[in-house]
Amino acid sequence: MTEQKTNSTKTKHFTRRDTLKTLGAAAGLAAGSHLMPLSGRYAQAQSSEPIRIGFQAHRTGIGASYGRWYERTTMAAAQLINDAGGINGRPIEIVTEDDGTDPKRGAEVVEKFAIQHKTDIVFGTLFSHVVIGSAPRAGELKIPYFVVSEGHHVASGKLNRYVLQPGITDVKSQVQSMAPWVGSNLGKKVTMIYPDFAFGHDHRDYFSAAIAAQGGEVIEKIAIPPTEQSFFKYFPRIPKETEVLYHVMVGPGVLTFVKELGEFFGSDRPQIFGFIDSLEAVDLANPGLEALEGTYFWEGFPRYAQNDGANPHDAFYREKVGVDANGASLSDPKDISTYAHMFGCWETLYIIKQGMEAADYKGPADRAKLIEAVESFTDFPEGPEHPQGAKIFNGQTHQVFGIQNISQVTDGKLKVVHRTSIEDSLYEPEVDYTKMAF
Amino acid sequence: MSGIFNKALMVHLGLIVVLLALHFILPAYHHVSLARIMVLAVYALGFNLLFGYTGLLSLGHALFFAAGLYGAGLSMQFFQWTAGPGFVFGLFCAIAVATLIGMLALRTVGVSFMIVTMMFAQVGYLLILYYNEYTRGDEGFVILRELRVLGPLDLSAEDIRYLVALALLAAAILIKLALVRSPTGRILIAIRENEERTRMLGYDPFRYKLMAMVISGAFAGAAGAAYGILFGYVGASFASIQYSILPLLYVLMGGAGVVLGPLLGTIAMFYLIDIASGMTSAYLFFVGLALVFLILVAPKGLLGTVRERWAPWLP
Repeated sequence: MTEQKTNSTKTKHFTRRDTLKTLGAAAGLAAGSHLMPLSGRYAQAQSSEPIRIGFQAHRTGIGASYGRWYERTTMAAAQLINDAGGINGRPIEIVTEDDGTDPKRGAEVVEKFAIQHKTDIVFGTLFSHVVIGSAPRAGELKIPYFVVSEGHHVASGKLNRYVLQPGITDVKSQVQSMAPWVGSNLGKKVTMIYPDFAFGHDHRDYFSAAIAAQGGEVIEKIAIPPTEQSFFKYFPRIPKETEVLYHVMVGPGVLTFVKELGEFFGSDRPQIFGFIDSLEAVDLANPGLEALEGTYFWEGFPRYAQNDGANPHDAFYREKVGVDANGASLSDPKDISTYAHMFGCWETLYIIKQGMEAADYKGPADRAKLIEAVESFTDFPEGPEHPQGAKIFNGQTHQVFGIQNISQVTDGKLKVVHRTSIEDSLYEPEVDYTKMAF
Repeated sequence: MSGIFNKALMVHLGLIVVLLALHFILPAYHHVSLARIMVLAVYALGFNLLFGYTGLLSLGHALFFAAGLYGAGLSMQFFQWTAGPGFVFGLFCAIAVATLIGMLALRTVGVSFMIVTMMFAQVGYLLILYYNEYTRGDEGFVILRELRVLGPLDLSAEDIRYLVALALLAAAILIKLALVRSPTGRILIAIRENEERTRMLGYDPFRYKLMAMVISGAFAGAAGAAYGILFGYVGASFASIQYSILPLLYVLMGGAGVVLGPLLGTIAMFYLIDIASGMTSAYLFFVGLALVFLILVAPKGLLGTVRERWAPWLP
């Protein structure tokens, strides 16, 4: 009762006069704070050392297994760059924020980097929906956004001049470059099994066109709903004349998919070709994955050390990112890397370095110069900075092109059987970002 | 306490003026964040009308948010409409969907209503994925910046975005305040407290619940359309179950059945996630912890507790 009484005596009735007083005080506060124009509050001072790079990381959410390795690769490259003197004599600092693999949070994180952390650029995003959700804000806040996504969204022209993908090839070029080898070596009658959403549809559309150009055809397209738990009922739809089964299943159902596929076909099966995206961060020694023996995969960078002398820079890169010859963490053999993709972070950081040096980058005022410098690049030679291989960059489309690997599962490991040329992956530009205003 | 200039109205108008004042003094990051929060708060305000005032717990509100988002986004994408027509069409879509779903789902009550609304929302989500050719499915699409204009106003500009978000929130607050203080609002509360008794008094609960559902859906749709237009992105994740749960959390945190509760809840939840995610990957743990703590010390939410203890006049 006492407490109630005390509370009631403290209760102050809010009158119109009180409200007006409060509003007056708020107005006074505003006037007294020497109102800075909005543009001034959003502007950044020329940053002093170090160069701050906002790393938009998938620490949680569906992209977490990729994000963990993207972060390790980024830190390894940043360490090397700093050990070698940084960029323009300034060390780099990686500022990491978790985007939850969510496009809404991704856009918020871009805002946080640009306005609160005052980073020079934003970098490192993988999942397409996060890139597309964040890109408008990067463009509006005029902050360079270097993505490592492999989506075709950058080169398709639907983003803006501030978004670049110079360190990893896109899905269109990957799929297109696979078709000649698949058509010549595995067969020309292809059945595709893919998830019934944007990623799967990209594969369906790009590969159908690419295999047709090789004289082959996709004889059946089997779209699997994203909520599907079991896949047996779809397999009878695979035509008997199928020579190649092309699969790009992703997500938690992939292990079930592979297991059921193996049980369905037994030893009498067509050739099977897939994208390693399905099994990144997954140990091929997992029970049920024996069915993959003898099948083929696309790999951006081969997970298993090949020891064939084809890539002299792999050993150096592998050691620096803490991965053993089997693609697992040096500290935990069960922690499998996302080796086929994560090199994109390493290579992108070195391109940012190269761009900042070419633009004599000093601070946010030079962001447009940085983008123009990167747009002027045409090729990146193979070396410690580009360990996956040489690349060609198209400044108009903001997209890089490179070699791709086709590997066969042999004794439970992936062995490279074919490397494409860069030319296999080229396609006509669909946009010219250099004509867009900053 | 009756009359136009009573205490409650002054508080709500005062809050809108304070939000306007903040436009001039907030640091840039909080300025841009508050613009986003205000749009999401409109969504939560609508949810609160159904949950807090009418007693109906929908787990499918993301469907209405997405109807507004995609109604605006797709019409702007395919017909090259600008923000004004796009927003109106998005709002229309949300109202149409809410009316249809309301007529079906309101035939159920309690847990069944929760499940039915959730299932309809899941259908909506899967339809977005299925019609990938038009929606770009999970990937989503960007609304062209040149279409994000309202007459002479560039809605992608930081200052205009804030003021438009504020105008939308102000309209939502005042509409909701007028509604809950009207005889109709009293009937909604009566339905929440005892539906059978309300029916006995001669009112048709279905009619009033459907009206609440449609208005709530319209708020969600307006927020969805505005979100797409102001931030330039339309994607299927906004139609997922997560975005049906979010307004519930905002309302629970801020106070169900209090007009301003959802706004406070949205602000609190946004900054809780923003700050906690900067410290740990387990930030959802802190969100859960905060909700448990809230239930223990303030089960009626922040403003619900304020009303209970200090301001019983708060609508």
